[in-house]
Amino acid sequence: MKKQKYIRVFLVDYGMVFVLMALCILISVLTISDMHPEDPAAARSLARSLVKEVGSDINVLVVARKTSADEAYATALQDELEAGGAHVVAVELGTPATLRTRLEVLGQQDERVDFVATHDFSSKWRVLSSESRQEMASLYPALSKLKIAKPPSYRWPTFLTANNLIGILNQNAPIAIMAIGMTLVIITAGIDLSVGSLMALAAVVTAKSLESYLGGEDASGLSVVFAFLIAMGVCALAGVFAGVIVTAFKVPPFVVTLGLMMVARGMSYILAGGADAVKIEAESIGTLYSSSVLGIPSQIVLMVVLFIVAHIVMNHTAFGRYVYAVGGNETAARLSGVPVVAVLIAVYAICGLAAGLAGVLDASHFGTGRPKAGEFYELQVIAAVVVGGTSLMGGEGKIFGTFIGALILGVIQNGLNMAGVDSYSQMVIYGALILVAVLIDQLKKKVVKPASS
Amino acid sequence: MAEDSSLDNLDGPNRPQPLLEMSNVSKSFPGVRALADVSLTLYPGEVLALLGENGAGKSTLIKTLGGVHTPDAGTISIEGQPIQIDSPTASQQAGVGIIYQEFNLIPGLTARENIFLGQEASAFSWIGKRHEHEQAEELFSRIGVPVNPDALCRDLTVAQQQVVEIAKALALKARIVVMDEPSAALTPREVEGLYQIVDELRRQGIGIIYISHRLDEIDRLADRIMVLRDGQDIGTRDAKSLTRDKVIELMVGRSLDNEFPDETRPVGEVRLEVTNLSRGKAVQDVSFKVHGGEILGVAGLVGAGRTETVRLLFGADRPDSGAVFLDGEQLQIRTPRQGIAKGICLLTEDRKGQGLILGQTVQENFGLPNLRDFVSGGLIRKSTETAAFDRYIEQLQIKVTGGGQVAETLSGGNQQKVVLAKWLQRNAEVIIFDEPTRGIDVGAKYEIYLLMNELARQGKAIIMISSELPEVLGMSDRILVMHEGKVAGCLVNDEVSQEDVMKLATGTKDAVSV
Repeated sequence: MKKQKYIRVFLVDYGMVFVLMALCILISVLTISDMHPEDPAAARSLARSLVKEVGSDINVLVVARKTSADEAYATALQDELEAGGAHVVAVELGTPATLRTRLEVLGQQDERVDFVATHDFSSKWRVLSSESRQEMASLYPALSKLKIAKPPSYRWPTFLTANNLIGILNQNAPIAIMAIGMTLVIITAGIDLSVGSLMALAAVVTAKSLESYLGGEDASGLSVVFAFLIAMGVCALAGVFAGVIVTAFKVPPFVVTLGLMMVARGMSYILAGGADAVKIEAESIGTLYSSSVLGIPSQIVLMVVLFIVAHIVMNHTAFGRYVYAVGGNETAARLSGVPVVAVLIAVYAICGLAAGLAGVLDASHFGTGRPKAGEFYELQVIAAVVVGGTSLMGGEGKIFGTFIGALILGVIQNGLNMAGVDSYSQMVIYGALILVAVLIDQLKKKVVKPASS
Repeated sequence: MAEDSSLDNLDGPNRPQPLLEMSNVSKSFPGVRALADVSLTLYPGEVLALLGENGAGKSTLIKTLGGVHTPDAGTISIEGQPIQIDSPTASQQAGVGIIYQEFNLIPGLTARENIFLGQEASAFSWIGKRHEHEQAEELFSRIGVPVNPDALCRDLTVAQQQVVEIAKALALKARIVVMDEPSAALTPREVEGLYQIVDELRRQGIGIIYISHRLDEIDRLADRIMVLRDGQDIGTRDAKSLTRDKVIELMVGRSLDNEFPDETRPVGEVRLEVTNLSRGKAVQDVSFKVHGGEILGVAGLVGAGRTETVRLLFGADRPDSGAVFLDGEQLQIRTPRQGIAKGICLLTEDRKGQGLILGQTVQENFGLPNLRDFVSGGLIRKSTETAAFDRYIEQLQIKVTGGGQVAETLSGGNQQKVVLAKWLQRNAEVIIFDEPTRGIDVGAKYEIYLLMNELARQGKAIIMISSELPEVLGMSDRILVMHEGKVAGCLVNDEVSQEDVMKLATGTKDAVSV
């Protein structure tokens, strides 16, 4: 009985996790294709299996393109071959043409080559086709036994690669960060339509303050940080303003933030002087976006940290309880001594701050302040929160649910891109899936909470 | 009196055919047997009082009749014809009109529009306003209360809205009218009007099922009384054959010697003093004192400014002028938060709307004003909170499965105890009970009374607003009577009669002070 109850509670609170998992499995199955590894690990295992199968008495020519990734691949291949006792005749990093020249030189020198060790991409160069090899074998006896060695191909979902998954997270981090603030607002039974515009405002303010006041091209890293803080401060103030209007004049949040949305967007364009983007010359502007922690882009790390902090605040602090209380029943909360006005203002301020952070990340990403940034993001952010199970009626919702909601939307978009669905059809599917997700949530609640007397 | 003899007597040959028969109805919800083998018979032109404590199954039985719930077993027949009621529409068509406690009126529509809502021939049919208007007036005259059919429902008093609900039922040709706690929000004068309406409907041969907690009303109205307890059918008896004590005994399953606990306490120093408090027209120049160990009853008609006065003490509203002193110190209270900090706490009359966050757990509700007691290092220690709440579960005998139960699922009495628990943890010195037993069943009422006495004995100052005069007389040490925003008098509760209080409350006697 009790166990059943816990399962029910889990389903209500975290049922969306299963939806996310199902989506990932579905997209994985749909995106299974041939994978051709080109990483150093694959190179080393290729070298080992070559030595193991043919013996160490071989002369090998290592071939790859002239890129840094391929260089690492070739180096790993060479090191491992030599460690296994094989002889590496040469390492050719280049193009089919340079490879042909290299083979001709080796043939003329009568330097015996048994294997060309490479990867799938270079193995398809015409110079390495069987006709071309036969031709060379007839010209140069040293190349008569030339064979190709490359890592085995295997079938694996392109969706389920580290690059793609990190890409999804990175792309959706700004929306997910804004969704944290939006979750708080929606739990208080409010809404904030201004986040997309505030994001643009933050990006433009960052650019403008750097270019006009903080030294432009010569701006130091510290100045950039300072510009970020100014931009986020402006957005937080905008949130405070919205909160004050909502609480002091009892104007519905929808209307207040609709107004703020237009004001902020317009101001972004005015500040940008009508330009599509305000260029940021400061060198360290891109650091925030391009840096990484333990190989994970810092934007993702930031997002995860913020979600953890928000989760703790909402579940383990008085402020969190107050937010739920205000959304659950504002009058009862006030009569229980909850500082309702302060809580509401704080919630809108936090939402503005989150939008400001998203704008700062956008500026760092593009190296410009774009007044067009974040267009229609408010809708995606709200969708992420709602798909994550937060009730628009207020009083209920989970930060973790929002995280899952943002991931679900990101994964769907990614899956549709991979499936080659055009952007208009994507919009239709995206919208329909949101409806389905919310519908499932409602049905689930009905099943779990049967009507009582 | 033999258990079912009176029921047998009623089924004599000269009884008309029953209007409604519900036989052996059972209904279970996950984990709860809400109704077990319950049978109800209603004859035309009678008032059947349906009694039982909260959670006894009254609402479930009525919702079964109203097509909200489908019974697991049992049959329903109307005028001898078995009938399947599987939706509210089917119920309406069968001639059942149910007036729920929460009205189903649309505030922005007129009385007329509300009455005929849903009766249009089709969504695009032409609405004959004049015809409807005449019909509405005819319905109101049938009920005996003139209401302007063109008045917006939001502008009507609660009593008038109730009349509109009844008219709506009659417009649907209801022969069975169910009233769920119809007097809960009415003033004594309006309740008198309600009696006349019920009498009028009875005269017209309509069968009425009347649900109420107030035994006065049952005495006045009921022909027969049906009692439910824990979903069990305790039987239906002739109202004349039952005494009040017997009714209570049937409802709670044990005998209660007295409705109110006997208690004498030493009364201490003045703790709370209010001087010349005013706010607009609602509260005018109100002054009074409350001693430690004393229960001050506040009586008056609805609209006399009682709730408005205590809201000023608590900080829910701000006074225009006047002063409040606690233990001799003048208080500056501008918000409930400040009031609570000073030890003044209010249990509101609207428990569900203002006292609790129904969707949250009882423990979260309990913790809301008390979080500072449980916070360390910025984080709430849930184990401390649970321990504190568990103490009150025991001390106040709150019936819950645990702190994690959602407040909405508790009975009224237990909800009231949760609200009380949160203030006790806050160490309240002045506790204001606004209609503390409204909508609470008899057994739980007695427990609340005991708790109030216990708190007074601890030297706290207790203010109790109540519209039930027996409660005011039974519980108070002194009675403050208000009339139209002013203090009409303050009586020491010693040989005071209901009439004495009513004279002051209705303004028929000049202000007196004792």
